[in-house]
Amino acid sequence: MGGHLNANHLLFLGHGALWTIGLSLIALIGGGIVGFVIALARISPLRSVRLLSAAYVQLVQGTPLLVILFLGYFGLAAIGLKMSPLAAASASLTLYVAAYLGEIWRGSIQSVPKPQWEAAEGLALSRTQRMMKVILPQAIRIATPPTVGFMVQIIKNTSLASVVGFVELMRSGQIVNNSLFEPFIVYAIIAAVYFAMCYPLSLFSQKLERRMGRGSANFSLA
Amino acid sequence: MNIELDFPAVLERWPNFLGGAILTLELAFLATVSGALIGTLAAVGRGNHSRLIARICKVYVEAIRNTPLLVQIFLVYFGLASIGLKLSAFTVAVVALTINVGAYTAEIMRAGFEAIPRGQIEAAEGLALSRFQIYWHIILLPAVERVYPALTSQFVLLMLASSVCSQISAEELTAVANYIQSDTYRAFETYIIVAVLYILLSLVMRAGFWGLGLVLFPRRRRLGTAL
Repeated sequence: MGGHLNANHLLFLGHGALWTIGLSLIALIGGGIVGFVIALARISPLRSVRLLSAAYVQLVQGTPLLVILFLGYFGLAAIGLKMSPLAAASASLTLYVAAYLGEIWRGSIQSVPKPQWEAAEGLALSRTQRMMKVILPQAIRIATPPTVGFMVQIIKNTSLASVVGFVELMRSGQIVNNSLFEPFIVYAIIAAVYFAMCYPLSLFSQKLERRMGRGSANFSLA
Repeated sequence: MNIELDFPAVLERWPNFLGGAILTLELAFLATVSGALIGTLAAVGRGNHSRLIARICKVYVEAIRNTPLLVQIFLVYFGLASIGLKLSAFTVAVVALTINVGAYTAEIMRAGFEAIPRGQIEAAEGLALSRFQIYWHIILLPAVERVYPALTSQFVLLMLASSVCSQISAEELTAVANYIQSDTYRAFETYIIVAVLYILLSLVMRAGFWGLGLVLFPRRRRLGTAL
């Protein structure tokens, strides 16, 4: 055992990094679709729909992602619903991301000035038309900087998929370390790769925010 | 498919769950206090006249905010061990969480500092307040008051994120859950209970911060504004 870091190790880490990007995209798309539904449900004219979606957001935002992951992977397996690590990680991340993106987008939709709603209503547009043609195009502009900022959180959170054995960047780092016994060097490399993925997105989000001329406090997750 | 749930069998372990929840709160409390201190210093440092100090603070904040907590915990864990510091997993967890939340706090505090009107500082200088008095009364306290809701959310998120510390087998709620589920083979019930406990803990923390806010910022209560 032991040995030195070689090209094969780096190749293996690169492969893991690709899966980190893949899992992030799955979480972004899945969480985006569900989150969009949540955002609309949060401002629904129906009280019961509003309450249900609010309860969903509160429950997910009050639970650590790690516990949701354990529930999806070990919990469901214990009652007879076995999922692969990829399926469990994708499902957990989707549910988790949806709760946060749903709230970000609800805020964006609601920060479209009130007269816009009233004007659209005055033009006899239906609720769907008001949403699609007047409100959403403006809400998307407002939502872009925080959404890009949240993508950083998604990438970082995919590292938790390693604990259910899904081989993304973090897990591949642990595997490489198991043969090298150089934890500090290996994890420093892993950290650098995560930084290389996240920092450009952070900068882009800040740039978009400045362009919007609104210095809202950054949405952040540990 | 028949699903049998047996919550009582797991709830029997309530002293363990309770102990885990208390340890998680303890972990969150220690990291919040020290992280708030470091974060405030880093936020002040970023506005320092010395280019070097401002640079160091910026690198710290960006490096932490753009890497996962799990990686940071492992780095601290093995980093401290490699320089010969043998600390308990719980201590390592406190150190790692402090470093982590410090960076987020710094960013929130910076936003608070930037929101202080320049004229107020000039007015304070005109009134011959000392540098320390200006920092304390004109900049720090009003800034904290302004970003208090954001800080509250961040510290609650920190408490939830502390579950990751179970990966270096630091004693806290999730680690206790992992132990109980491997003992009872009732993973589903165990993690449902733990999820409920985390939700309760976050409610307790929010209520605590709300109460603390009433004591710390009586002016805000009187004005009745969100500032």
